[in-house]
Order: sequence, then C-alpha cells, then structure tokens
Amino acid sequence: MQRSLVIDPGKCTGCLQCELACSYDNESIFNPSKSRIKVFSFHDKGRFVPYTCTQCDEAWCMKACPVDAISVDAASGAKIVSDELCVGCKVCTVACPFGTVNYNADTGKVIKCDLCGGDPECAKACPTDAIVFVDANWTGLERMRTWAEKTDAGQQASA
Amino acid sequence: MTYVIIGAGPSGVTAAETLRKVDPVGEIILLGGEPEPPYSRMAIPYLLTGQIDEAGTYLRKRDGHYEANRIEYRQATVESVDPAAKSLTLADGTTQAYDKLLVATGASPVKPPIDGLDLPGVHHCWTLADARHIIALAGKGAEVVLMGAGFIGCIILESLVERGVKLTVVEALDRMVPRMMNAPAGNMIKNWCTEKGVRVLTSTKVTRLAQSDGRLAVELDSGEQTAADLVVVATGVRSNVDFLEGSGVKTDTGIVVDQNMRSTVEDIYAAGDCAQGLDFSTGGWEVHAIQPTAVDHGRIAALNMAGRPTPFNGSLNMNVLDTAGLISVSFGRWDGVEGGDHAESVDADNYRYTRLEFDGDRIVGALALGRTDHVGVLRGLIQTGIHLGPWKEKLMADPNRIVEAYIDRTQGA
Repeated sequence: MQRSLVIDPGKCTGCLQCELACSYDNESIFNPSKSRIKVFSFHDKGRFVPYTCTQCDEAWCMKACPVDAISVDAASGAKIVSDELCVGCKVCTVACPFGTVNYNADTGKVIKCDLCGGDPECAKACPTDAIVFVDANWTGLERMRTWAEKTDAGQQASA
Repeated sequence: MTYVIIGAGPSGVTAAETLRKVDPVGEIILLGGEPEPPYSRMAIPYLLTGQIDEAGTYLRKRDGHYEANRIEYRQATVESVDPAAKSLTLADGTTQAYDKLLVATGASPVKPPIDGLDLPGVHHCWTLADARHIIALAGKGAEVVLMGAGFIGCIILESLVERGVKLTVVEALDRMVPRMMNAPAGNMIKNWCTEKGVRVLTSTKVTRLAQSDGRLAVELDSGEQTAADLVVVATGVRSNVDFLEGSGVKTDTGIVVDQNMRSTVEDIYAAGDCAQGLDFSTGGWEVHAIQPTAVDHGRIAALNMAGRPTPFNGSLNMNVLDTAGLISVSFGRWDGVEGGDHAESVDADNYRYTRLEFDGDRIVGALALGRTDHVGVLRGLIQTGIHLGPWKEKLMADPNRIVEAYIDRTQGA
C-alpha cells in the first residue's frame, strides 16, 4: 500500500523539528534553509502551515525536466531527482505550480521531497502528529489535488 | 495506423511516448534532423562547462528506450508534405506515408544580414555540432564575442564565463534579456555580469566581421574594432516551417493550430517551438518556445491524434535564467495589463528584485531576481487565477510575500 505525507496545520506548533530533521537527513546539516519541508507562519492568525511536495500525479517537474533527471520511485510513488543527471537548469522550479522544487546553489542541483525512501524523517520528528505518513487513500491531499487539476494543461491530461 | 512525427526534440519525443501509451498497436515513426540520439538543446550550456558529457544531454537516458516503446527513430530531413497523398518526401528522395502527421520541427537560429558571419570561427550555439566547435575554440583566455543577450545568449554567457574566456557581449537593444525582463531587472543583470568581468555592450550592433591574422576582426557601430577567436551568434530563432510551403498548412509566426493542436490541413498537427499555440495569459496564439510548453503541446497533440479529443488550456510563458550566478525568473504578463496595478520591490545592492502585475485581485505576471525559493508558486498563482482577496493589499505593500499568499489562499491556512 502506497503512503502519503498528510499535513494537518491545525496541529502544528511551529517547532520546526521537521525542517531540522529533513535538512540533517538529506543535507547532513541542521539548517532549515536546506529543508525540503518548510513551515510557514501566519502570526496574525496564530497558525503554522508545514508545506512540501505532495508527489502529485501531474508531476510537472518530471515532465518539464529536459534531461530525464526526475523519475517516479515505484515503491513510494515519490518523484525523485537524480543528482547525477540533474544539470541545474531550474526549469522544474518554475514548472511546479506549488513551488516545492527549489534550487540549491551550493550543489548546483535542485532539491525536492523524496519521502526519504519511504520513511520520511519529518513525520518521525513531528511531536504533535501534524505531519503523518499514512495510507495514500486518506483524503488529506484532496485540497492540493483540486488545485493541481486547475493548473493542468489539458482537460483530460493523464495519458 | 501510422503516426509520423517530424522532429525529435522534447515535443516530438513526448508525443511519441504519449501515442504509445494510448495506442498500443499503431506504428510510430520519429524523424530527427541531426545525426544524434534525441537530445535537449537546453542541456548544451552544461556540456560546454564540462559538467556533463554528450550522453548527459540525451532526452531519455535508458538504453533501448525507443525500441522498448516500439518507436522507430530515424534520421531524416523532410523536403515536402503532400497532404492529398498523405506522404512526405525526404531529402534522400524516398517517401514516407502517414495517417496522422505531427510537425514538431522546432526552430533554427537566424543570422542578421552582416558581412562575415559565414567566416570560420563564427558559430551559433544551437546543436551538439555547434557545441563541439565552441568547445574547440573557447579555451581559457580566448577572446569571445557573443552577439545577442536574449535568453539563449544569456544561458551561453554563463557557460562561456565558466570556461574562462575573455567575453564581450553585444546586444542591439537597450538591455539584457529584453523579452524576458523589464529595464530595472535587465539593468541589474547587466551590472551583475559586468561585476563578474564580462564586458556588456547594450544598444550596440556588430556591423562587420573580417579575417585578420587568423583571427576575427569584429567591427561595432560605435566605431570600435575588437579581435576575437570565436564569435557566437545568438540573435534570435525562427520556426522551421519552410518545408510546408505548398502543403496548404497555414503559418503565421509559427504553424497555426486550433485548441486540439490541429493545423489547417486535416490529419496534420503541430507542437512545440514551431507551433503557434494558445497563450493562457492573453487568449491569443503565440509561439512560446519553452520546454514546458513543448512537452504540453506534444502530449496534447498526441492524445488528439490518437482519437482522444483533448483541448489545450493554453500555455503560460515562463523562463528561468542563471546569468553567472544571478538567477532570474519571468512569468506570464510580466509587462502588465491595461488598467492593472503593479507592486515592485527593489534591492539593487543585493541584486534582489520582485515585481508583480495584477489584473483586479489576481496576479497575471511576475518578475523576480535573486530568488530561488518556492518560485513555482508564481505559476500556481497565475495559472489557477486565484483571487487574492485581502492578500492583494499585503502583496502591494510587500510583493516578496507570494508564498504566504499562495498557501493562505489555497490551503486555507
């Protein structure tokens, strides 16, 4: 059964443990600016919203890549960037309408959530279950999916 | 059913793969014009820097990818199309029959009418063959003149800087990347490049090239003459449509298509840099000549060719550019719309710039310099037509808060 990251902003306290866990696991540094999940603060509402790639079916990043550097991991369903093949052209960073592929100037490659090979560190680090890794049929992703469809290029786009 | 695709760039290859997914039995013939496996021109700058080898430019990396998908990939140049006979005449004199034809021939660089552009040492930077010439001539310390500071000129600029050449850029218009950046942003890019040791001459034209002591003498309209070991011509491209003459396929700035990527002639479709497709921002018909549009066109054309009517919603023009380390992006109507507001944030000392263009309370275009985090939300904001509501005022005050605006308006933060 494929699982997805499901985020409930209502439970997020803004502790940023997810950002630290992500940057440490993926970039070997405790640095939120290198994290692939980002917590946005809405102080006027007292809300925190963890935000990362939903591994959307449309996969704009993957379709836009000119050098075949982004592929689907069959086990986790994650869209994964190959550091070996990525040339750093950044087309995926403008093609992704969620803005969840970012360029890392230190490596000259793009980075995005890869679900940590099927065991995401952010979910493990979250002390309040604001980020959980659950069965993909769970409905938490529907809001983003709805927006994903609205951005799509063709009305029957999945071929 | 025989599908023939002319052109093996991103659009043609995507079309071939899409056809195979939806038609397991049809014959798919993919004709490429160059003696290479299908490759990405966008990867050429990284070949020039040595970051990748030629195989790193290939569109698909898996060995036997085309065979495995039963896509017959051949090198051929098409001379003419006969829609009545449903047949192509190839340069070698043979013919190729089709049931459905996709023209995905892309574009080719053009040379301005200047004496000396056919001399040795003058090259475009468009094909792998061009790249091999440039690699041979652009060694460390070589003097190089780059004609044209448009998008393509600028991505080559970065590679030439990394190769350690002495670079002069000559641009006829008054700023760098004039079709992607407004004056403040274009001037910031120019200042940045100048700081990096590139000589940038805007509002300047090359008037003549001549040979001199085995090198090139480049004359400018300022009266200056400069020597060069290599001149790279990046002064624009035009769609490859000449072979369609007499076919009845209507062309304008590119091949005229409808929302289903059909040309004006039955069973002939067009996609990518040669197609004048629907523009999401304007509702008009434009050649966008960008990778995401090429891929979308290819996919949508293929679905329609295979009998699955799929209208195209239109493409959003967008670009991302890295000029010697300064990253810039442009989206949609970055030049604004009549009666629309705009918001601008300028930090020239730190090379940061953001400009948003609004139509009512929706964002319709954007420019940003020095920003790489979450820039894709600009596409999301524009293409989903999100009404900003209270965020319009916040963005007018600080246009850098785009990600917060996007998340708040879409995720119900």
